[in-house]
Amino acid sequence: MKLKCPECDGDIEVKEVIEGEIISCNDCGAELEVSKKKDGSIELKVAETEGEDWGE
Amino acid sequence: MPALSLLYDRIRTEEKVLINSAEKKGVLLKPIDAKEIHLTITDFSKERDLFGDVALERCVSHFRGLHLTAALESKGITVVNSYSVSSICGNKMLTSIVLAKNGIPTPKTVVAFTKEEAMRAAEEMGFPSVIKPVFGSWGRLIAPLKDRETAQAILEHREEMGNPLYQIYYIQEMVKRPPRDIRTVVVGEEIVASIYRYSAPEDWRTNIARGGRAEVCKLRDEDAEIILRAAKAVGGGVLGVDAMEREGGIVIHEVNSTVEFKGAMSVSEVDIPGRIIEYALNLIKR
Repeated sequence: MKLKCPECDGDIEVKEVIEGEIISCNDCGAELEVSKKKDGSIELKVAETEGEDWGE
Repeated sequence: MPALSLLYDRIRTEEKVLINSAEKKGVLLKPIDAKEIHLTITDFSKERDLFGDVALERCVSHFRGLHLTAALESKGITVVNSYSVSSICGNKMLTSIVLAKNGIPTPKTVVAFTKEEAMRAAEEMGFPSVIKPVFGSWGRLIAPLKDRETAQAILEHREEMGNPLYQIYYIQEMVKRPPRDIRTVVVGEEIVASIYRYSAPEDWRTNIARGGRAEVCKLRDEDAEIILRAAKAVGGGVLGVDAMEREGGIVIHEVNSTVEFKGAMSVSEVDIPGRIIEYALNLIKR
């Protein structure tokens, strides 16, 4: 499936991903989170950036 | 109704393998994005239809996961790990206190609440020592205090940092150790995997998140016993116990409550996610 990067509008080929997974855009390098819309279709959102409390 | 839920805010390798493992075992596990839910906390009706009986809290953001855990526990849902365990493990000072109180070998640690007093503490401890934020992970902002000048610079930087938790100055002796530490994954009362973590060539910290390398570690019986005691002391559950080797035996410096086991999985034959799922299922049956 082909989707658009929300950051740079580049084309991203998405295969076998699960909701919540992070992929990066080959064009601009943005980290994108795979998200499901209400109708069940997949969209890409700009992922959260590392917070001070991230980790184990 | 799902049997288990997995609360996440980012799907790392660990969350992916947990989801796959449940699927393989035929366990109904519902992944729930913590960023996309809200909970009424003044109404204690059970929300088991959504979360199941047991929730695996796997948020990468510690405070998000911790508060979510409290909200779910208030609704009678068992969370792995519990609020109490997560709050102890999420704070290095509380962890040190619990370890020391339970007679578990741990590095000498001092806490101070102003820059000036932190300097006195560092001088008393002697150089070099290590300063660590009480919260946070992946070795973030952990710094060696090599001498008086470095200590002064680091403490001044700390003082300027916005988050007040950075002004809790947690200073620890620099343990003379080989360039590795030991990460042990404990599930319930059992050790499921143990690895050496070697620091990356350009770093002194051993965190896999900093590029550290994993190797299988065969624990000595006496070390395994200390590690299990440390896990029990913080309240038990699914934990990553970190130890350093010093002359005379290991010391425990950290216990992680949202354990990352990608490194351990890469070298260990044990089905770590499978063991975690089984542990969670057993909590339902109780």
